[in-house]
Amino acid sequence: MNDNRAILKDRVVRVLLAGFAVSSILFLFLIFAFIFIEGLPLFYKAGVGKIILGMKWAPTRGHFGIFPMIVSSFMVTVGALVIGGPIGLACATYLAEYAGRKRKLFLKPALELLAGIPSVVYGFLGVIYIVPVVRTVFGGSGFSLLATSIVLGVMIMPTVISISYDSLMSVPRSYREGSFAMGATKWQTVFRVVIPAARSGILAGFILGMGRAIGETMAVIMLAGNALKIPAGPLDSLRTLTSNIALELAYASGDHRLGLFSTGIVLLVIIMILNYIANFVIKRKVIR
Amino acid sequence: MTALDKIQIRGLKLRIGGNEVLKGIDLGIRRNAVTGFMGPSGSGKSSLISIMNRMIDFEENVEISGDVLINGKSILGRDVNVTSLRRMVGTVFAVPLPLPRSIFENIAYGPLLKGTTDRDELHEIVVESLKKAVLFEEVRDRLHTSGMKLSGGQQQRLCLARTLALKPEIILLDEPCSGLDPISTAKIEEALFELKKEYTIVLVSNNTKQIARATDHAAFFLMGELLESGATSAMFTNPVNQRTSDYIEGKFG
Amino acid sequence: MRINPRLVDRWSGWSLNVLTWFAVGILAVIVVIIFVKGIANVDLGFILKYPEDMGRHGGIFPSIIGTLLLVALSLVFATPLGIGTAIFLTEYTKETRFTTILRFGVESLAGIPSIIYGLFGFIFFVIKLDMGWSLISGALTMTIMILPTIIRTAEEAIKSVPRNFRMVSFSLGATRWETTIRVVLPSAAPGILTGIMLSVGRAVGETAAVIFTMGSSLRLPTSLMDSGRTMAVHFYILAREGISMGNAYATALVLVASILGINILAYYIMNRVISRYS
Repeated sequence: MNDNRAILKDRVVRVLLAGFAVSSILFLFLIFAFIFIEGLPLFYKAGVGKIILGMKWAPTRGHFGIFPMIVSSFMVTVGALVIGGPIGLACATYLAEYAGRKRKLFLKPALELLAGIPSVVYGFLGVIYIVPVVRTVFGGSGFSLLATSIVLGVMIMPTVISISYDSLMSVPRSYREGSFAMGATKWQTVFRVVIPAARSGILAGFILGMGRAIGETMAVIMLAGNALKIPAGPLDSLRTLTSNIALELAYASGDHRLGLFSTGIVLLVIIMILNYIANFVIKRKVIR
Repeated sequence: MTALDKIQIRGLKLRIGGNEVLKGIDLGIRRNAVTGFMGPSGSGKSSLISIMNRMIDFEENVEISGDVLINGKSILGRDVNVTSLRRMVGTVFAVPLPLPRSIFENIAYGPLLKGTTDRDELHEIVVESLKKAVLFEEVRDRLHTSGMKLSGGQQQRLCLARTLALKPEIILLDEPCSGLDPISTAKIEEALFELKKEYTIVLVSNNTKQIARATDHAAFFLMGELLESGATSAMFTNPVNQRTSDYIEGKFG
Repeated sequence: MRINPRLVDRWSGWSLNVLTWFAVGILAVIVVIIFVKGIANVDLGFILKYPEDMGRHGGIFPSIIGTLLLVALSLVFATPLGIGTAIFLTEYTKETRFTTILRFGVESLAGIPSIIYGLFGFIFFVIKLDMGWSLISGALTMTIMILPTIIRTAEEAIKSVPRNFRMVSFSLGATRWETTIRVVLPSAAPGILTGIMLSVGRAVGETAAVIFTMGSSLRLPTSLMDSGRTMAVHFYILAREGISMGNAYATALVLVASILGINILAYYIMNRVISRYS
């Protein structure tokens, strides 16, 4: 009769686990639903165009323009990619193609540990060491697009390295061997054969790095200054979509608060688009 | 089929994903004997085995018609208690598959689930099963080391001991010796020779010589059909079907 | 003028090497700076004492407790939910519309920035559900944050358990649940554990989502409804308000040391058990 108990238990467990799974879905969708439900009304009320393309952000007086922040977010992201992308790719290439087993065993985890350092610490160190340098060498307050991009670049390196590394490693050995057999040097093989073969994965890594950069909050608050205009150059202060939410959330109410939700929606949509593009880029390679 | 049959297969047809894997099998399997299933790969022998232990349930797109009776009762119905069926019908697979645990824990796994928790009782069961599988002497002083550290032949006997621990009535062995060296193979065949006194055994094999050595009855399958069955010695000296004799002589396979 | 390809080859290999060591160097510099500047203020007293004068003096004991409580509570919710979901997805269902939707949800949540969690948690838990800035608001928010990671790593770990093990278990008369608990989960445990530890590492360093849900009270949280600080939040406030550089570095040291410790432990577990089972 032990049998029947076991079979009954099995059925009960099945229902229980299904319940867990459903709860998970609910939790997960709760967050999407809530943000959209709270934020959409303002789009109707104030007009989608006025919000997304509006230049003035003064929410207590009815201005919800977040265009400068959208641009700032993108500029910071591009800046981060310019700094973190190539170095990250270089590291991934070194790890995948050049490093011996012992070195790899040490280097790879070490680079991954960079991802574990909290963004507040990056921001703090950036304020103490990078901002003054920017100030003295280039002028301005130092709290700038440049400083932010540098620190953010370092922060997205682990993402870029990890995904690029996986892509490079999944290039079949035969590609390299074929190239060597034709008398190519190591660099020629890496540069002309392996990297191009892995390019969709590398691209996806860059895009996901962008996603990380655009969502970064704490470091950006500490480094970017707080200017509500489109930055004219790398030395200008700026405010991103994320800083907007973080800086005003605590004391916002009414329509002001709704404005922050709208900011959140725009941010979410941008990130989701980036994720889709990254996935699409990877899938294209697989089908080919 | 006779009253001496432990298992009766009647008009059994099997389709997997649109392919006819078994095209109508009628066969009786004698109790307390070793029955061999022989035939080239893909003839449906393993599929038949997986119906007998209801492991076929884990495949998708399966259609079964006909019936399989054990001790006179059908094992194919929806209301059949599959877990106790699988204890009654023990299976040894082609690849030795020890669980990542000690030898002791491997063998005690089944009985533990069945409800035996007394440590001494389990120990007794483990020792007895190892003896029947002709493995005890080789591992008696390392029962608590990992089962994965044994050689292939030992692992396979471990798997045999594992099923014996559940005191089954039937033991199915699906090409158990493929990939084993001749000595290990001999040890397993030696175990089967003793075991058939207590159990009903079905041995699937691609190796006609093994069938000739180790079985009392044999059934020859080809492309999902049962071409011939009967006493092993008779089949090998005087096969009725031409294809049977071709196969035995190695003209194809 | 063509450059000698062998020259390019040597130079490029060398550059890549340098760049990589440069990147690792950044990590080393960060760790060294924090260590050197923070160690002066970190002693047993720092860890065990309460902050005085807004954190200018004294220790960070309440923040340490706050961090532990927040993470522990989040794990209490997220681990069974996450592992249960992963088990359900891999062992109990076939690929249906339901599972596709679930996977889609999990993947989509992967990239959501922490400030969005902060926004959500603040308005939903703190205000709408009237839980206020509290341990429970923070933990519920954090749970949603780490749930996708736990589901994903658990699923991967479970999927990588060979099918054969399950088949053997079934053939010996085990039910689906018995097989899951006695064969699948023990084999998948190191992978699952690693995923959990990485989530913990992330949670400990998290600021944006925590400061808006758990608040920043300097008191020691003693109940679910109490507000409190985590080390990351405390560090952020010290830094932002310029309260005490010394203590800021010290807090950073404890914070980073904890996270690095957790990550290293996670690697160690993963590697050690991989070698044990192969």
